Amino acid sequence: MSELTIRDLHVSVETEQGNKKILKGVDLTIKSNEIHAVMGPNGSGKSTLAYTLAGHPKYHVEGGSIELDGEDVLEMSVDERARAGLFLAMQYPVEIPGVTVTNFLRTAKTAIDGEAPAIRSWVKDVRESMQNLRMDKSFAERNVNEGFSGGEKKRHEILQLELLKPRFAVLDETDSGLDVDALKVVSEGVNRAKESTGLGLLLITHYTRILRYISPDFVHVFVDGRVAEEGGAELADRLENEGYDRFLTGTNVG
Amino acid sequence: MSVPVTSAKPRTEAPLDHSKIGSAQHSAGGLGLSPVQTRSERFAAYEVERFQPARPTDAEWKYTPLAKVEPLTAGELDGGSYEYESQVQGGASVSWIARDDARIGTAGTPEDRASANAWSSFERALAIEIEGEDAAATVARRAMGGTARAAHLVIEAAPNSRGVVVLENTGGALLAENLEIIVGDAAELTVISLHEWEDDAIHLASHFTSIGRQGHLKHVSVTLGGDVVRVNPTARLGAERGEVELYGLYFADAGQHIEHQVFVNHDAPHTTSTVTYKGALQGDGAHTVWIGDVLIGRNGTGTESYEQNRNLLLSDGARADSVPNLEIETGDIVGAGHASASGRFDDEQLFYLQARGIPEDEARRLVVRGFLGEVVQKIGVPEIEERLDAAIEAELAVTP
Ligand SMILES: Nc1ncnc2c1ncn2[C@@H]1O[C@H](COP(=O)(O)OP(=O)(O)O)[C@@H](O)[C@H]1O
Ligand SMILES: [Mg+2]
Repeated sequence: MSELTIRDLHVSVETEQGNKKILKGVDLTIKSNEIHAVMGPNGSGKSTLAYTLAGHPKYHVEGGSIELDGEDVLEMSVDERARAGLFLAMQYPVEIPGVTVTNFLRTAKTAIDGEAPAIRSWVKDVRESMQNLRMDKSFAERNVNEGFSGGEKKRHEILQLELLKPRFAVLDETDSGLDVDALKVVSEGVNRAKESTGLGLLLITHYTRILRYISPDFVHVFVDGRVAEEGGAELADRLENEGYDRFLTGTNVG
Repeated sequence: MSVPVTSAKPRTEAPLDHSKIGSAQHSAGGLGLSPVQTRSERFAAYEVERFQPARPTDAEWKYTPLAKVEPLTAGELDGGSYEYESQVQGGASVSWIARDDARIGTAGTPEDRASANAWSSFERALAIEIEGEDAAATVARRAMGGTARAAHLVIEAAPNSRGVVVLENTGGALLAENLEIIVGDAAELTVISLHEWEDDAIHLASHFTSIGRQGHLKHVSVTLGGDVVRVNPTARLGAERGEVELYGLYFADAGQHIEHQVFVNHDAPHTTSTVTYKGALQGDGAHTVWIGDVLIGRNGTGTESYEQNRNLLLSDGARADSVPNLEIETGDIVGAGHASASGRFDDEQLFYLQARGIPEDEARRLVVRGFLGEVVQKIGVPEIEERLDAAIEAELAVTP
């Protein structure tokens, strides 16, 4: 049983207009096997939270803490966090020219496990996961994310989630830009990963759509850099009907 | 990051400052005026005396550290024979030939003073002949030494032959040389020139190519070592349906100058050229220059041409100059384009890889190998591809 604890997190980002405060005191605790949905309007700081957890250098932590089973995550480099068991499925996955998916996956797996995976079972695992995600075999030899459609990029993120087996995963708008079929395939992948490893999930989304396929234990509504309201799955249903309007009065986020 | 440029429209761009009029090179830069000319009108001659001293205002010397190369542009050169090792397979042979051999001068004429100096000074030329279907030759030069030298090489692929020639250059050198590549009708030739010189080597090379009817040349220039290395490949597609692929791969360390001036001259119908040069730079004062001229002349109807240069800057203090030029004199072509981009290492790529647990140094290696790998994969000789992968790895291990 693992626990990821975020306490009173304050984060700013360097912009052309100077330093901008984005997260203004976020508290969130996720345990293994739990699914937490973070919902909120555009610009409320959801991706900032995701990137800060992963350690993106653009985001500066001004205060608060992030701990993974008592270990100080903020002290860790980006790759150390991944090796400690954090995974971020990105909203905008990056293209890496000249690096094939096969090479990339094997290198990442080796780095995370501290040793190269046994060839035969690894090749089989990759093939199976790709089949489950309805990814054509040819993807293995393509360069990472290069020329992938939006949906293909998201499948590729979930493929990594399945193969790298993290303890906690943050999925940043994995649902956006997916049609219903792709959404189903991707959600099944997430559910499979959770079933097999018992990972804890932080599911960031703007819409409630994906929550029909991945049912959250907790819902946190994010507004203007903090959690404005929390509840169970029923809160998502309310948001589905009412939207974010009632949270937005008095703020200028939209 | 500069913006890649692609263009299929005719475009003339050639404010070069040499005239071919008269019997000697004369400069027009003295008054600060340069006549507009095309690349094909650059002054060319075999005799060194007909060239002006090299000056920083000359188009062909503009980027080159002139003081360092002066022994080659202005000094006396030892044109005697040198030691080499060769390995041949199938219908390949290597031998010294006389200065007055009929093949010499058939592929090109010097267009700069160092090239003419080498031409005026060499005593015998080394000839590599390719015949038959499966010929291969490797010529290794490991001890060219520190005295200023001139050399002349001829590679001749007989009509309908198929072969691979590898030139390996290691050790020290202060060398000006010309290489003539003669590709016979329907011959298929690969020439791989590896420059893995010692740190203080200075090497100025001009490679001239003539390609016969339906001939095909793949030319690869790889530069990893040396202080100043300048390789200028010129390919004239003067017979119908000739094809040329020119590839370059380079890695410049601190203080190193690596330059390529590539010229492709489409001078017959239905010819094809592909030019891809890729380089990585790391360290203070690492400098690379790429000038890519493509001329599609009036005879070049049905030409297909694409040239690109991409540079990856891995540290501060490195500089990549990249100048593509495309001149088109006929409206009847299949396609022509060029692209050039020099960019810093992309931190978002690094973040993505690190977020998957890959440590920073390994992530950098992965990205650089991926970047240069596109050219490595074009070589088509597995042993050399493996060797280059290892050499690139070693370059990256040197922290800036
Ligand atoms: N790298 C950045 N540079 C400048 N502004 C940023 C950056 N990242 C986020 N922001 C700003 O911070 C706010 C929150 O953005 P983000 O975390 O992406 O929100 P969300 O994911 O909820 O849509 C927005 O106003 C956005 O413009
Ligand atoms: Mg976002």
